[in-house]
Amino acid sequence: MAHIMSLRELQVDQPAVIASVTAKGEMGRRIRDMGLAPGVQVSVFGRAPLYDPVALRVLGTTISLRNNEADHILVQVEE
Amino acid sequence: MAATQHASVALAGNPNAGKTTLFNALTGARQHVGNYPGITVERKEGVAMVNGREVRILDLPGTYSLSAYSPEELVARNVLVTERPQVVVGVLNASCLERNLYLAVQLMELGAPLVLALNMMDEAEAQGLRINMPRLADLLGLPVLPLVAKRGKGVDELMAVVTSRLDTPVHAPPLHVSYGPDLDAALASMQQLIEEHRFLTDRYPARWIALKYLEADADILAQGRQAGPLSAMLEEIAEKTAAHCRSTLEVEPEAIIADYRYGFIASLMRKGVLSREVAEERRAFSEKMDRILTQRLLGPVLMFAVLLALYHAVFTLGETPMGWTEAFFGWLSGVASEALPEGLLRSLVVSGIIDGVGGVFSFVPLIMIMFFLLAFLEDTGYMARVAYMLDRVFRMFGLHGSSVMPLIISGGVGGGCAVPGVMAARTLRSPKERLATILTAPFMTCGAKLPVFILITGVVLPEHQAWAMFALTLTGWAMALVGARILRWTVIRGPATPFVMELPPYRFPTLRGLLIHTWERTWQYIKKAGTVILAISILLWAAMTYPSLPEEQAAALPDEAAVAEASLEYSIAGRIGKALEPLSRLAGIDWRTNIALVGGFAAKEVIVSTLGTAYSLGEVDAEDASSLAERLAANPDFTLAAAIALMLFVLIYAPCFVTVVTIWRESNWKWALFSTAYSTGTAYVLAVAVYQVLSMVIS
Repeated sequence: MAHIMSLRELQVDQPAVIASVTAKGEMGRRIRDMGLAPGVQVSVFGRAPLYDPVALRVLGTTISLRNNEADHILVQVEE
Repeated sequence: MAATQHASVALAGNPNAGKTTLFNALTGARQHVGNYPGITVERKEGVAMVNGREVRILDLPGTYSLSAYSPEELVARNVLVTERPQVVVGVLNASCLERNLYLAVQLMELGAPLVLALNMMDEAEAQGLRINMPRLADLLGLPVLPLVAKRGKGVDELMAVVTSRLDTPVHAPPLHVSYGPDLDAALASMQQLIEEHRFLTDRYPARWIALKYLEADADILAQGRQAGPLSAMLEEIAEKTAAHCRSTLEVEPEAIIADYRYGFIASLMRKGVLSREVAEERRAFSEKMDRILTQRLLGPVLMFAVLLALYHAVFTLGETPMGWTEAFFGWLSGVASEALPEGLLRSLVVSGIIDGVGGVFSFVPLIMIMFFLLAFLEDTGYMARVAYMLDRVFRMFGLHGSSVMPLIISGGVGGGCAVPGVMAARTLRSPKERLATILTAPFMTCGAKLPVFILITGVVLPEHQAWAMFALTLTGWAMALVGARILRWTVIRGPATPFVMELPPYRFPTLRGLLIHTWERTWQYIKKAGTVILAISILLWAAMTYPSLPEEQAAALPDEAAVAEASLEYSIAGRIGKALEPLSRLAGIDWRTNIALVGGFAAKEVIVSTLGTAYSLGEVDAEDASSLAERLAANPDFTLAAAIALMLFVLIYAPCFVTVVTIWRESNWKWALFSTAYSTGTAYVLAVAVYQVLSMVIS
């Protein structure tokens, strides 16, 4: 069953698909510029030593963002 | 110079897509680096020789998009519409084609005469990506060529296509992407109005202008409002559309546009452009490296080792050539002293000009090595990992993970230098965090402050010198971090710049690229800092020389040292020192030290030698100041409280003027002045507080 949650809660290496990007303004633009858009596959590659920021695999690249930025990205995972 | 001519070919692409590698491969040493007027974005252009003909090439700043939210994006866009390059080469990283096409699509919407070069084809193939280039060329209606810029593969073929397009320009109709029923309707009606009124259409395609109105692009709105009353109508349509999107979908048009653009790209990929081999997915080399280099425990340990090694490399490798430049300027001083008769002219040439210019050049080896190693760390991709690992800590102080390098180079380990430190802040892409780093890096214990601290701790804390030095280094860090926090709450207020960034794949940089990069930046430093610093060092020389002591007064003095002391006291600097004594007394600092502190603005090590002159000791060597230490120890006013207050003041007060000029170059003159003023103000307040409290506690 598909289930929607925040990107912050995604486990390492758990496959997911971006459902929506709710960030607005500059943060929203920067997130989208990096290829984080609805329908794109994403997975958490790792977390920094202090658990923040987080590193993601997106479209063949590694993108890092802070947890408070990940809050604005909703992902869909298969249960 | 080629700088002012309009380029015929522009290179556009994402950061890390290999644009600069291609640019270097094409132009080699025939390139010129400058700045776009008024901003710190670099303008790189050069000349390529293609079959014996010269082609002017402009390397646009690396961007992910063509909105107007960063200076880089605005520059890229403005160059495309104002300079109208005849061909634009879109350099795409083939291993993340979708994200790179996001920019290419925007270039096509703008109607740029685009040729696509899919760079790093070797890496893409190694990752199991199969890209059908003829299909992509067909779908987009433009040439698509493979490239491995690093090894020069495909460069000739690319340039053949580019030159044939220079000879017979191809008209590129702007790409039409559908943005869904709501936006398409609004776009169509706006486009019609724009075309009817020929509104800005001499610069931009009509539909593109409409898109920018929907995105509420500040730059286009400003241009539109100047262009005519139609702007108000367009804004009204855009606002109505936005309100509709907000009420029905709870999103801004800008977000819908981005999503549809990615949708358009995804549909291209599905039409047979991209296939991923079903065979087991190859774990990219970078991922394996990251498993170790950013591992939770090992990562930070390795990182500190790398940062320390870099720091030591800069200063130990730099020491020898720095000695050479110093020896050269020492020799030059000697020659000038011999050649010129004793008097003001000799003093001006030797103490003003040669010492001043020598001061600038003695930093050159440090700056070269620092830029070389920093470029190495950046080009390999490791710098981004450092920012990633340290961001959580530095964010607490309103800084960015990338702030660590400038702070360490400035003296975070003791013995650094704020000049290369401030320049190293260029690696920060977040403007506010970058400024806060630049303004606090000079608080670190740089190499020039060390002789002062060694002298003073030797007098008042001879038993605990090592601990005292360590405490001073920590105080430097505390001042920088707390200072940054306060700056980010006050003058550089505002939310943290979004961190979102790419961790580029690890790559081994080319030596040629590193050398070009190092030389460009070093030359910029020499050229820009050199001229201003010469002027200021003459000014400082004058302040410590004029007005000269009347001869009858000098004749009455017993020896040269006494004359030097009296002359210094009589000069402008001496008068300033005396005039400030009532104020500095509150911090336990007397007028002699005041003069030395004024001199310290030239370079902090000058504090020791000026103090020597002020105590009429004649020439005092900064490295061996034992006679001065005895004099200080004999001074009853030089108590422990006064010494600690003085050291605190020296640590924090105005950066030396070479640093101030560098800050000016890296930001603007207002921030350079601000840096001088707020550092001195903070230093004074803290020194007074510490002196007053300690005096009470100790007595």
